[in-house]
Amino acid sequence: MGFGPHLVLALLEGLVTAATLSLTALGLSLVFGVMRVVNVAHGEFFMLGAVIAWAVAAGFPGEPALGFAAALVAAPLAVGALAYASDRLVLKRLGYDPEATIVATIGMLYILQQAALTFYGADARPVPAPFSVRIQLPWFGYSGYKLFVIAASIVLLAATWLVLSRTRIGLIMRATQYDAETAQAFGIPVEKVYAGVFALGAMLAALAAVLVVPISQAHYLMGRDPLLLSFIVVIIGGLGSLRGTLVAALLIGLSDGVVSMFFSPTLAKIIATLAVALVLVFRPQGLFGKPAR
Amino acid sequence: MTDAGKAWMLHVALIAALFALHFVLPAYHHGVLARVMVLAVFAMGYNLLFGYAGLLSLGHAMFFGAGLYGAGLAAYHLGWSVSAAFSAGILAGISLSLAVGVLALRTTGVAFMIVTMMFAQAFYLATLHFNAWTRGDEGLVLQTASRTLGSLSLADPATRYLAALALFSLVLLLTLAVVRSRLGRVLVAIRENEPRTIMLGYDTFAAKLAATVLSGAICAAAGAAYALLFGYVGSTLVSVQYSILPLLWVLMGGAATTIGPLIGTLLMYYLVDLSGGPLDRLLPGWHLTYLGVVGVALVLLILFFPKGILGTVRGRWLRWLP
Repeated sequence: MGFGPHLVLALLEGLVTAATLSLTALGLSLVFGVMRVVNVAHGEFFMLGAVIAWAVAAGFPGEPALGFAAALVAAPLAVGALAYASDRLVLKRLGYDPEATIVATIGMLYILQQAALTFYGADARPVPAPFSVRIQLPWFGYSGYKLFVIAASIVLLAATWLVLSRTRIGLIMRATQYDAETAQAFGIPVEKVYAGVFALGAMLAALAAVLVVPISQAHYLMGRDPLLLSFIVVIIGGLGSLRGTLVAALLIGLSDGVVSMFFSPTLAKIIATLAVALVLVFRPQGLFGKPAR
Repeated sequence: MTDAGKAWMLHVALIAALFALHFVLPAYHHGVLARVMVLAVFAMGYNLLFGYAGLLSLGHAMFFGAGLYGAGLAAYHLGWSVSAAFSAGILAGISLSLAVGVLALRTTGVAFMIVTMMFAQAFYLATLHFNAWTRGDEGLVLQTASRTLGSLSLADPATRYLAALALFSLVLLLTLAVVRSRLGRVLVAIRENEPRTIMLGYDTFAAKLAATVLSGAICAAAGAAYALLFGYVGSTLVSVQYSILPLLWVLMGGAATTIGPLIGTLLMYYLVDLSGGPLDRLLPGWHLTYLGVVGVALVLLILFFPKGILGTVRGRWLRWLP
């Protein structure tokens, strides 16, 4: 294969990364935007989504498509319920104080990892893809499932965007994000909105994980990379800015695919983390965000 | 007796008690306490920034790591003597904390936590990337021959304990002096209300930078001592977990108390160490590791006990506790 086809392959891989990354990062961004909470346990909600997908898929032996469809429903619901409960039990009691919630979500990160280790084990386990079609391109064959992941992510992102911008629920969420006190004065149940947003953020991460898990594998430490990458995306895109998050996910996903195909992945990660730190120092509103009010 | 007198007496008594323990502790606990004292130095450095200046960093593993690798690499590859390697570690910590401080202190609150976390992550990845020198996860083992100070071998348990105690005592008294100094009071003022402190005419950036560099130097001293006393330098010691642990130790012992970091480190060390056996018997097959213990401790502390042990003691009974 020449340079051109290599680049096409790298871009395709980058698009797959970008697609699931934008779902995960959107969850983190929503939670930060509306609640001003930095959820360090976000990567663990992703991991739980993958582990639950494995458990559900194992319940349908020989029928990968059915198992996958069931996981696509069950995993986000279970993870969302858990996130809702942890908001009610922990974050609400802390009054959503930014520093205290960071410490608490670090604790939750460890607890969820321990839970996965205890009930799921230390092995990485594969989940069968719902279908195995190879699409023949002029230079190489490409997994049809990966193309499906890109399409499914776009549909889910569009759905989230519609909910946020066109429905009453979205309006309530945006009102709470804009000014929680005034929203409360207008009769919006701010605490319920917070719990709902925290659950929604976790569900987006779980959905992304269900899509990813047939490509990679389910493992109890798999939440680390998505967390870091989501942080990078959310910061580059501007904390709390949804459009910025999407643009940044595309940017990071594509460059991650291209860079890690041609350079050492560790070096690429070092440069990316340093770049993010510097963006936060010199342009805290992100590359695409507007300065805070 | 004045409050200042009581405070100095208490600290000297603590050091004397630790010295007395050197002669009575059984071998296992003697070894644990030596390690805990070194890690408590790390926690004290963290506490200076988090407890007193109110700056929550999620990246202090890089300062510990600067000392660890500064001293470890100098001793391993360049064959430097213990004192030269130790100084190299502290110098590395000072330069790194100065650079990180100048950049990170431009941000506040959540952004500060994430920036420090990102810098520490870059440091951790760098230790993996340059594995020709660091051997990454596998790490370097410093030979006993390169860990001698004059005729004393730091690998010997008794020398190791006393060296750890010497460093601990020095840093404890230094912390006490700093928090009672003008700088210490400015830091507390910044923690309580930074805009008001600026309005009163203080250069808060300079004070925060001084606190960051001092904190970085102390943490680097802990890292350098860890490398030279225990003879191991590896990437796991600078992973994100080692940025979270000092936070946990300080929260448990009591933020903004001078002795709290030691109490927190000691308690958490034994909690993880001792809970392993009984928990395994109680819940066989659950594979309970430090993950669960640390996680539950963090959530419970922040929910129900945010002042920590000594913070509560100070609030209820001993108002003079520094």
